[in-house]
Amino acid sequence: MPSANDILVRFENVQKSYDGEILVVKDFNLDMERGEFLTMLGPSGSGKTTCLMMLAGFEPATHGEIFLDGQPINRVPPHKRGIGMVFQNYALFPHMTVGENLSFPLEVRGMGKSEREEKVKRALDMVQLGDFANRRPGQLSGGQAQRVAVARSLVFDPEVVLMDEPLGALDKNLREQMQYEIKHIHENLEVTIMYVTHDQSEALTMSNRVAVFDDGVVQQLAPPDELYEQPTNAFVADFIGDNNRLLGTILSADGETCRVKADDGSEIIAKQINIAGVGERATLSLRPERVAVNPEPGQFDNNLQAKALELIYLGDHIRTRMEVCGHDDFIIKIPNSALHAQLSEGDNVNIGWSSNDCRALDPTD
Amino acid sequence: MAKKMSQSNTSSEPLKTADGVSLKVSLNRALRRRKITALLLVTPLFLFILLTFLGPIFDMLLRSVDNKIIVQVLPKTVSQLAVWDASTGELPDEAVFKAFVEDAKIAAENKTISRVGKRLNYEKSGMSSLFRKTGRKLKKFDPDKLEISYTDLVLGYDKKWAKHETWWLIQRESGKYTSSYYYAAVDAQIGVDGVQRKPDDQRIYMKLLKRTMWLSSLITLLTIVLGYPIAYLLATLKTRTSNLLMILVLLPFWTSLLVRTSAWIALLQREGVVNDFLVTLGFIGDDGRLAMIHNQVGTVVAMTHILLPFMILPLFSVMKTISPTYVRAARSMGATSFTAFRRVYFPNTVAGIGAGGILVFILAIGYYITPALVGGTSGTLLSNFIAYHISTSLNWGLAAALGTILLMVVLVLYILYDKIVGIDNMKLG
Ligand SMILES: Nc1ncnc2c1ncn2[C@@H]1O[C@H](COP(=O)(O)OP(=O)(O)OP(=O)(O)O)[C@@H](O)[C@H]1O
Ligand SMILES: [Mg+2]
Repeated sequence: MPSANDILVRFENVQKSYDGEILVVKDFNLDMERGEFLTMLGPSGSGKTTCLMMLAGFEPATHGEIFLDGQPINRVPPHKRGIGMVFQNYALFPHMTVGENLSFPLEVRGMGKSEREEKVKRALDMVQLGDFANRRPGQLSGGQAQRVAVARSLVFDPEVVLMDEPLGALDKNLREQMQYEIKHIHENLEVTIMYVTHDQSEALTMSNRVAVFDDGVVQQLAPPDELYEQPTNAFVADFIGDNNRLLGTILSADGETCRVKADDGSEIIAKQINIAGVGERATLSLRPERVAVNPEPGQFDNNLQAKALELIYLGDHIRTRMEVCGHDDFIIKIPNSALHAQLSEGDNVNIGWSSNDCRALDPTD
Repeated sequence: MAKKMSQSNTSSEPLKTADGVSLKVSLNRALRRRKITALLLVTPLFLFILLTFLGPIFDMLLRSVDNKIIVQVLPKTVSQLAVWDASTGELPDEAVFKAFVEDAKIAAENKTISRVGKRLNYEKSGMSSLFRKTGRKLKKFDPDKLEISYTDLVLGYDKKWAKHETWWLIQRESGKYTSSYYYAAVDAQIGVDGVQRKPDDQRIYMKLLKRTMWLSSLITLLTIVLGYPIAYLLATLKTRTSNLLMILVLLPFWTSLLVRTSAWIALLQREGVVNDFLVTLGFIGDDGRLAMIHNQVGTVVAMTHILLPFMILPLFSVMKTISPTYVRAARSMGATSFTAFRRVYFPNTVAGIGAGGILVFILAIGYYITPALVGGTSGTLLSNFIAYHISTSLNWGLAAALGTILLMVVLVLYILYDKIVGIDNMKLG
C-alpha cells in the first residue's frame, strides 16, 4: 500500500452534471500515486474527458473534492494548477513556431531568455525534433505535431501531465511507435501521467494501472494483467479482451466456488467473485484460451458438450465459434499444432475448463 | 516556408500513353479542354463585370482628364494660339482673333459655344456668361460688313476679352487632356505664374478628404470595439443561442437602409426619443437638448450601426475556426485568462479584424446616403460632394477626379494592408 504522501492526485466522491439532470460522472473516487502512469479506459461518452477537465480546472466539479498533492484544488484556477496537458487535436498555437509554442509556458512563468532556450532545446531533443524549432505547426506531419504537443506539455516540468486520447488521430504504426516513446518519456522523467484512451491494447501496454470507466463510474481500477485475469464485474470482463459469457442461476455457493445452472439446464462450477446469493442470476465469464477441446477425463471439473459452428483460420490458432449451453456465440481458440484436435464445422465435441478460470460475476441481461 | 519537394524525373525517354501518343501531348489536350470549359463558365460574369464595373471605372478615369471640347469647338483658335507666347503679357495678335471669330460664329450657330463657356467657367467664374454673350452677338455678325479689325471687334463685345488671362486660359486648356480637374480636387489653382494653393476659405476638398478619412477610421474603430465582443459571443455560445443572436445581427440587412437611417433621425433629433428620455430623467434641461443629428455625431452613430454587420461577420467566421482548446492549452501552461486571450486568442483573430476593417473602411469612405440624410453640413463626406457635382453642378470632370482620388486611397490602403498583414491572411468566411 502506498503511504498517504505518495498520493499525488485524489478524487473524492466527485460528481459532475452539465445540465442538472444527468450525472455524467457519478461518485468518482481515485487515488493516483506519484510517478504513476494511470489510464482511464472506457467507451465513448463515459465521462473520461470530463474527469480530466475537472482535474485541469476547466470544468467545476458539481460535488466532491479533488486534491493535488494533498491540497484541495476545486477553487484553484487552471493556470495555477501546474498541470500539463496534451489535447486530442494537439492544440499547437498556429501563429507561433514550434520553438515559440514550447517557450510559451516558460515565458508566462517569467523565465529568462537563455534558460528558456535551453529548456526548449532539451524538450525538442527529447522528442527527436531538435531541428524543428523554426517550423510552424501547419508544416508538421501528424506524428511530429503530436511529439511537439507532448514536449510542450512537459517543458515546464509539471508534476502531472494529462493526455486526452493523444494518439487518436494517428495511423496504427505511428500510434504504436508513439506509445513506446511516451512510455519511455514517462520512465525517464518520472512524471505522473493520466492518460485517456478508448483503445484497450493501448491502455494495457502503456499503463501501470488502468481505470475502466463506464456509465460515470470506475468499474475496476487495477494493473493490466489483473484487469484481464481477474475482472471483478461482467462489464470489465467483456470490455477487456475476448470473453465468453454464460448466463445462469446460482444453485449453491460454498466458500470459493459456486454451482450455477445455465439456462439450458447444464450445471457449471465457477469461482465465486461477485454474486448476489443463491437463487439469484449471475454471469459466468471465461476466456476463450482457457477452454480445452476433448480434455482427458478428470482433468477439469467442468465438462460439456459443444457443437462447432464456424472455424476461422488465424495462423497461430483457429478461432472456433461453438454452441454451448444454448449460447451460439461461445468462442474458443484452438492452437494450431499437431497435438490439438482438428475440427470441422458441425462436429460435436467435448469441451472442458477449470472452475478456477470461470468467474461468476454480476448478472447482465 | 515549407521546403519545395524536389521532383525527380530521371527517365530520358519521353513517356508515352498506351496508344503511343506522347504523354505530354495528351495531357495538354486534356488540360486545354478543361481550360476552355472553365473559360466558357466565367464568360457571362466577366462580360457583366466588364460592362458594369470595369467599363464605368475606366470611363470615370477618362472623364477626369478629358478636355476635348475646346479643341473640338475652337480648332482654328487653338492652332493659332499655339504660337502665341503668353509670357510677354501682351494680347494675342490679329490672326488669333480672326480665327476665334470664325470658330465662335460656327459654334454659336451650332449652339456649342455655351459648352466651351461652361467648361472654362470651372476654371474661372464669369466665363460662361462671357461666351454666351459673345455667341449671341456673333450670331448677328456678318464678316463681309466688317470695317474694324477682328481684335477691336472682339474687344468691343466685352472688356474681359481685353484681359490677358482670358486668352491664357484658353491656351492652357487647349490640349485634349487636362490636369486642371485634379488641381481643383486638391484645392490648388493654376495661375499665370504657376500652381498655387487656393486661398484658405476656398479649400474644401482636402478638408473633406481629411474629414472622410478621419470619420471612416473612427467608424472602423468603433465597429471593431463594438463588434469584437459580439462576434466572440456568437462564436462561443451554444448553437441555439448564437443563431438567435445572429438573426439580430442580420436583422438590419433585411431592413431598408433608408428606414434604418430615418430611425436614427427619430431617435437622435432635438425632439427625439433620446433627448426626451434625458430630459425626463433630468440629466439635461429642456433648453439644453443635445444636437446629435445633422452633424458629425449623427454620421458616426448611424454609419457605425449600419456597417457593424460587415465587421461582425468576418470576425465571427474567423473566430468560429479557432478551437477553444487553444485557450485551454494556454491556461494549462500557466497563462492567466487575459494572457491567454492576448497571446493566443487575439493573434488568431487579427485576420478577421483586418478583413472586417478594410471592408468597413472602404464602404465608409464611399458612403453617401446616410451622411446626406443625417450628416448636416459638418457630417457630410467627400462622396456627398461627388454626388453634388454629378447631379447638381454637372461638373463631371471634377466629380470623376474626386472619385479617382478616393479610388487611389483605397488602392493605397489595400497595398499597405498587403504589405503589413498580407492579403492571403484575409479571411472573409
Ligand atoms: N460541455 C458539455 N456540455 C454538456 N454535456 C457534455 C459536455 N461535455 C460532455 N458532455 C456529455 O458528458 C458525457 C461524457 O462526456 P465525455 O466527453 O467526458 O466523454 P468521453 O468519455 O471523453 O468520451 P469520448 O471517448 O468519446 O471522448 C457525454 O454524454 C457528453 O455528451
Ligand atoms: Mg473524450
